[in-house]
Amino acid sequence: MAGKTLYDKLWDAHVVHDNGDGTALLYIDRHLVHEVTSPQAFEGLRLADRKPWRVEANLAVPDHNVPTTDRSKGIEDPIARIQVETLDNNCHEFGITEFKMDDIRQGIVHVIGPEQGATLPGMTVVCGDSHTSTHGAFGALAHGIGTSEMEHVLATQCLLQKKSNAMLVSVDGKVGVGVTAKDIVLAIIGKIGTAGGTGYAIEFGGEAISDLSIEGRMTVCNMAIEAGARAGMVAVDDKTIEYVKGRPYAPTAKQWDAAVENWRDLHSDDDAKFDTVMNLDAAFIQPQVTWGTSPEMVVSVGDTVPDPLNEMDPVKKEGMQKALIYMGLEANMPISEIKIDKVFIGSCTNSRIEDIRAAASVAKGRKVADNIVLAMVVPGSGLVKQQAEQEGLDKILIEAGFEWREPGCSMCLAMNADRLEPGERCASTSNRNFEGRQGQGGRTHLVSPAMAAAAAVTGHFIDVRDMS
Amino acid sequence: MEKFTQLKAVVAPMDRPNVDTDAIIPKQFLKSIKRSGFGPNLFDEWRYLDQGEPGMDNSKRVINSDFILNQSRYQGAQILIARENFGCGSSREHAPWALLDYGFRVIIAPSFADIFYNNSFKNGILLIKLDADVLEQMFQDVELNEGYQLDVNLESQTITKTDGCVIKFEIDEFRKQRLLNGLDDIGLTLQHVDDIKAYETKRKQDTPWLFC
Repeated sequence: MAGKTLYDKLWDAHVVHDNGDGTALLYIDRHLVHEVTSPQAFEGLRLADRKPWRVEANLAVPDHNVPTTDRSKGIEDPIARIQVETLDNNCHEFGITEFKMDDIRQGIVHVIGPEQGATLPGMTVVCGDSHTSTHGAFGALAHGIGTSEMEHVLATQCLLQKKSNAMLVSVDGKVGVGVTAKDIVLAIIGKIGTAGGTGYAIEFGGEAISDLSIEGRMTVCNMAIEAGARAGMVAVDDKTIEYVKGRPYAPTAKQWDAAVENWRDLHSDDDAKFDTVMNLDAAFIQPQVTWGTSPEMVVSVGDTVPDPLNEMDPVKKEGMQKALIYMGLEANMPISEIKIDKVFIGSCTNSRIEDIRAAASVAKGRKVADNIVLAMVVPGSGLVKQQAEQEGLDKILIEAGFEWREPGCSMCLAMNADRLEPGERCASTSNRNFEGRQGQGGRTHLVSPAMAAAAAVTGHFIDVRDMS
Repeated sequence: MEKFTQLKAVVAPMDRPNVDTDAIIPKQFLKSIKRSGFGPNLFDEWRYLDQGEPGMDNSKRVINSDFILNQSRYQGAQILIARENFGCGSSREHAPWALLDYGFRVIIAPSFADIFYNNSFKNGILLIKLDADVLEQMFQDVELNEGYQLDVNLESQTITKTDGCVIKFEIDEFRKQRLLNGLDDIGLTLQHVDDIKAYETKRKQDTPWLFC
């Protein structure tokens, strides 16, 4: 019998009941909750007179709607305010732990889970947010769910699931200096496409993934959903265990030892069989920049904007033409000639301390270019912000002309006041470059934090490795 | 959930790949704490020329007459045909809520994004995957024939065209049964209360740190 994949192991450990029709009832260890997708789930519970099955499995935080500027006056937008208050009230009513807006632990749900040790190896983690795949970086089975499924998890601690196929994406060898986790995952999406992972749970492996820090692995797993995959995951190793140790929700003493022993098995067996294996040579990955309105529309910074005339598939060709019109770009123009208006460094993809360090190291001693109307850095949590300030990163960034904000999702999806105006072009460390994502008519280019900072100080895209 | 058995209705085309949930229902409308009322803002940024905000009187907004769903021939459509990877992006269930509220009960495409696929079935929308070349023919048929209709039957897993041509489609049996009967997932799961409790008891012994 072939060995098990990491996905098999996680799946098997959580089956409560096999329905015999290709579906199973899967137990959920951790349910993360935010204000946007939860009100209707709580309302559903109330209407059916149900209570959370295991209240301590839930952890809530407002992140999508919160202001990133001075919070002493609360939320100005009345509709957003009601939504955050609704979360507060629901958590209070049902007894769920919530890190409220004024709590230093507040932040983006996918940043605070790992930061608190609320995400542990071997867990099943769900949240009403597609970027829940982030938590797979810990050797966990993590994916986004809709509001109906949230209500289901609240009421039963389980989800009805159909097992996905298993894909291994192996990034072999070492990446060059200045190539980051973001570049790796954008290159993967560029290769397999935004639907390439549909129906799969992807395990990321290979030397380049092992070499990444845990934060880098989170960046890669975060964007598994942009490749269409339900979940992304990375095997547990010493780095994972070291990262988790001592965090508030992590086990201690004897339980810690037992947990570590258990977690050591959270990797695919040598003889495990994947449904699909894709290999990528790390050495060929360059800093990436998206040019279109889908994350798969991505090229290396030294490349030119692709020409639809070279695309044979008529549906794809038309998609490229529409994207170029929306983005206000000409085919075949060098990426380095694209001038930008705004810079956003933040989001659940890239707002952790290493991301801010990377941006600050580029910004240090430089100034934001004159054509940039706004360059903002939004830390992923209050604790990330605090650490960055202890390291003096805020001063470096402010000195360079960046705005230093309060934590939240911010301009990744522009539900709060942070947004692009029609036609504005943004270098963004977020995860989606869809039409209107950062504001109606806004034009988003996805890049790494270092590349975003480089774009901020030069006013256009530039290979960060060329900056002395 | 409203059950689905059979539907004969006008078909509307959405001729672009990777239609994402941000396009289906833009983020500003996600501030609502309700499940209903999203239909007037379905595809808001494509459908109107002005910028939409929650609470606006949509009847007074500037309509984008070029947008396909604004054409008179597609009014009342309940079946949407689409391209690859429909519903990609965010997990917002507001997307199927908006499609349903607008009137769509069936969406046919070569592929759907995973979370959107799950969310739609939870709301009584039937999603059908067909080969891209079969879809291509449907796009041509819709374009050429005003008032073009399809007859979708879930029980027999068939789509019947007006010329009598029948197309079979595949669907997971568990999804089919839930949709045919309008079953409540939570109620079904709670039939397994003993299994859940037994699982928790065992897990508490094997992995106690997960229950701290």
